[in-house]
Amino acid sequence: MNNPPDVSPDPAEHEEYAHNVAKHVKGYLIVGAILLAGTALTVALSYVDFGNSKTNIAVAMLVAAIKVSFVGAIFMHLAAEKRLIYRVLIFTGVFVCALFWLTYLAWYNPIVRH
Amino acid sequence: MEIPYTVNTRPDTGLWNAKVGIWLFLASEVMLFGGLFSAYIFLRLDAEPGMWPHGLLNVPVGTMNTAILIASSVTVVLAWASLKMRRFWAYWWYMLITILCGITFLTVKLVYEWPQKFDHFGAFIKQEALEKYEPYLGNHHLEEKGLAPRREITGHLHNKAALSDPNIKEYDIALDPVNADPTNPANDRPHFLYQPSTDKIAKIEKEDVEYASMFEPRHSAYFASYFTITGLHGLHVLGGVIVFTYFWLPIGSKLYKRNPEHLANRVEVVGLFWHFVDLVWIFVFPLFYLL
Repeated sequence: MNNPPDVSPDPAEHEEYAHNVAKHVKGYLIVGAILLAGTALTVALSYVDFGNSKTNIAVAMLVAAIKVSFVGAIFMHLAAEKRLIYRVLIFTGVFVCALFWLTYLAWYNPIVRH
Repeated sequence: MEIPYTVNTRPDTGLWNAKVGIWLFLASEVMLFGGLFSAYIFLRLDAEPGMWPHGLLNVPVGTMNTAILIASSVTVVLAWASLKMRRFWAYWWYMLITILCGITFLTVKLVYEWPQKFDHFGAFIKQEALEKYEPYLGNHHLEEKGLAPRREITGHLHNKAALSDPNIKEYDIALDPVNADPTNPANDRPHFLYQPSTDKIAKIEKEDVEYASMFEPRHSAYFASYFTITGLHGLHVLGGVIVFTYFWLPIGSKLYKRNPEHLANRVEVVGLFWHFVDLVWIFVFPLFYLL
């Protein structure tokens, strides 16, 4: 098998790349601050009486979903990733939804002993 | 034999191999934690009113641990960015902070949170005896307010021998505030700050108890899922700390001198794993500590 040698990219090319990474550093810090603020918000909202516990759970999961989106998009670089990774994640999403659907079915139509 | 595509990208995928590998691994991890979360949902939906506990975990400590994990996610991405910018010592320091954050998280969990739970006691009262223990449960007050009833009396167990000795007929409990003053509106909802057990002692007769145990996995579906999910999550944190330490030790600097991009890619891979661990905790924290 003839693979190209694994060497670092061209120095000039790398310098430009490093410059781009440097521009992202501030973004990472901002996302970190957003996640900390999101945590404080999650705690605060859990003590707000929304009338029933289901609404409290929905609100907390909404905040968690927003936080997870930031982690995925920025920290895990999913905002700009190759197509193969997205394909893997779409498959994962389908299977995990199927798993939760099975749980729902089991709860909705439980096996009971008569 | 030289492992191919550790730095350069494969022409067909446009990615270096380890990146494809870690994402496939993370996909399997999603299914692993997905199964556990789906079990959590199932158990919670199936719990009878009053049988899913609230306010048993220490919220400020959980919040602090969440902040620690978020901070470590920031430092690991900064460590990777430092390598990309060829600033090795910045990488070294960020990596050290990440490792310390991971160790702090685990220490808080294993030395403080879990032992505190193992030392706490709860007794679920039989349906027919609920009225007898009304002064500790306050269910009439809860019913008036349209809130879920209480079935459990919790606190510090003075006579631990009662758990195993059938000749001891009652549990002596230093009550938690919620059972010491159950009709106080301040106890209708969980507190933010941890409330230690009071000096008020209650004697609970064993024949009135449906089930009693320390706050261990067998205590309830809640603690079974709490210890399973946080335990598995803790193992992931430990795994991440071990790999981070490996790259932080001189082996990392040797690899950096040989091929800095290779080290950057390896740190990116373990960083992706670490962010996933953070991501799982973002759901664990509200589900167990707050809701």
